[in-house]
Amino acid sequence: MFITLLHFNRHSGIERNMRKKPLLTTVLLTLFTFQLSLQVAADSDYKAPRGPGGVNPDLNGIWQALGEAHFDLERHMARASMALREAPLGPVPAKRAVAFGAVGSVPPGLGVVEGGKIPYKAEALKIRDENRKNWLDRDPEIKCYLPGVPRATYMPYPFQILQGDKDLFISYQYASAARSIYSEDPGPAPIDTWMGQSVASWDGDTLVLDVTGLHPGTWLDRAGNHHSDQLHVIERYTPMGPNHLKYEATIEDPQVYTRPWKISLPLYRRMEADFQILDFKCVEFVEELLYGQWRRNPLD
Amino acid sequence: MKIKVLSLLIAATLSQSLAADIPRTANGKPDLNGNYNTATLTPLQRPIAFGDSLYLSKEAADKIVAAVAAEKAEGDKQIDGDREAPPAGGDGSQGAAGNVGGYNSFWIDNGDSRFEIDGKFRTSIIYKPDNGRLPKMLPVAQKRLSKLYARYAKKNTGSAWWLETDGPGPYDGPESNTPSDRCLQGFGSTGGPPMMPVLYNNYKQIIQSEDHIMILVEMVHDVRTIRLNSEHISRDIRKWMGDSIGHWEGDTLVVDTTNFTDTPGFGRATRDLHVVERFTLKEDNTLHYQFTAEDPNTWSEPWSGEYPWPRSDSPVYEYACHEGNYAMGNILRGARILEAETTQKAKN
Repeated sequence: MFITLLHFNRHSGIERNMRKKPLLTTVLLTLFTFQLSLQVAADSDYKAPRGPGGVNPDLNGIWQALGEAHFDLERHMARASMALREAPLGPVPAKRAVAFGAVGSVPPGLGVVEGGKIPYKAEALKIRDENRKNWLDRDPEIKCYLPGVPRATYMPYPFQILQGDKDLFISYQYASAARSIYSEDPGPAPIDTWMGQSVASWDGDTLVLDVTGLHPGTWLDRAGNHHSDQLHVIERYTPMGPNHLKYEATIEDPQVYTRPWKISLPLYRRMEADFQILDFKCVEFVEELLYGQWRRNPLD
Repeated sequence: MKIKVLSLLIAATLSQSLAADIPRTANGKPDLNGNYNTATLTPLQRPIAFGDSLYLSKEAADKIVAAVAAEKAEGDKQIDGDREAPPAGGDGSQGAAGNVGGYNSFWIDNGDSRFEIDGKFRTSIIYKPDNGRLPKMLPVAQKRLSKLYARYAKKNTGSAWWLETDGPGPYDGPESNTPSDRCLQGFGSTGGPPMMPVLYNNYKQIIQSEDHIMILVEMVHDVRTIRLNSEHISRDIRKWMGDSIGHWEGDTLVVDTTNFTDTPGFGRATRDLHVVERFTLKEDNTLHYQFTAEDPNTWSEPWSGEYPWPRSDSPVYEYACHEGNYAMGNILRGARILEAETTQKAKN
């Protein structure tokens, strides 16, 4: 395992640091790092090339998350469906979900929440559990609503960061979601929006996006994790290597959680030559679901 | 000494051919980053009375602007709380009392001035053909559009008239509605391309890197991604706003767009629409927007237009259309109710 990990980390900062340490410490560090594999690897000493403007690292590119955070931010085992119902011999998919078979099942995940669990207030946890029971009716993703922040980041679709000399913009393939980014704080958001109001600053080579004014209609994942209009997200994007970013988000909402909490996960550059974002508006795909019963000749 | 003077002269000449007064990015290109308000009172097509006159006198432009301002002031007046309800079917006006779909003037944000180019007012955005109007439409296109816009050909009579006609009705399902009513694209070709001024939400944001330009179209939070020095994607991949590739010609950004879906933003066109746009930043920091559009299935010849995009400090607002599209359900339910009522009346 030790040798495998050294090989895996060949180009990361971890291995360069390890070389300087005595063997025992290295072995302990390796085991410790493996245990924390659900968190992103410790700060590397990678220095990214500068972006346009020559000051900040170049984040231009099309990025995408891997993993299962979009199903459930918390550590979870695989299960038959996001929509389950009680049955005599154990839970089974809800009637509307049975036809999807294994395609509708939920893969397991080690979780991206630091500390493991989201620190819900008691009433808010009840709402989360009700959201889970009523997933098909409540998850805004099913209706192709704009996903909000941070969910847009780890949905399983690419997004493009465009970085000019001073300006930044993020364009998501999913639902044509888009985030204009302020370089100076314009003050409180005049109105709540689905994708929030983002203000950028740089902390060394880390892009910090301070996000407020988020519409309470978004969820954080498919597992019913929710928030109020008091949600405040601070995102951090840090280059880890030429094709990896470390993404962290501190999430606070005094109405819903007992304290701020944090997620972290890697973002991967889409490496395919001539890769580009294509249209995935998805609005037209939910018309039958939302309006089918009011057709002149309903199909069912 | 002679060489020094010569090189100074050359430098001076060069700096004049590339306008030195415009803001530039670190790599020397015109800096298009920022927000723009693309609203204007100048129409796309020239009113026929103007004939082939491209220009409008200042007096005529001022008169039009004053008339519009007066109309808006009238529309903005507080409404008398004791007024009577409009008659059934509306009072025939364009406003809220006119009929279903009328807007109070509060919602209208289509500009308060007519644009000037090089100090002269224009009669229309289109300048080619010479009459400032869209070229003659091909017969095949006329036929196609008469079917597409059947709904709009009939006045809203408050009954389900389509039950008497053959073929699909105007409200058979969500897909019977325009892409804008379905919240898939903004109406009026606001995103296009070509990008047109519309009734409201005329703001655009441009973000620029060394190899990409993005244009955020306020309605409906649509991002045009222009890949610089690239090639068009395969013909079997289609996009709502087409596939855009661009390159710099001196200080002008030239954008070529193809690969539209069957319903491009410029509603009269088809999937074979081809648009070339030219973006030039002027010395007054206004973006000059020029375009040429052609579609062998629609028009007998290409046509061109231009209008300026002044910069704006206003943010581009989030136009979360689908999330609040109560109208779609109401349109369909309303149609079903009309059908039931009309059918019941026929029985009685």
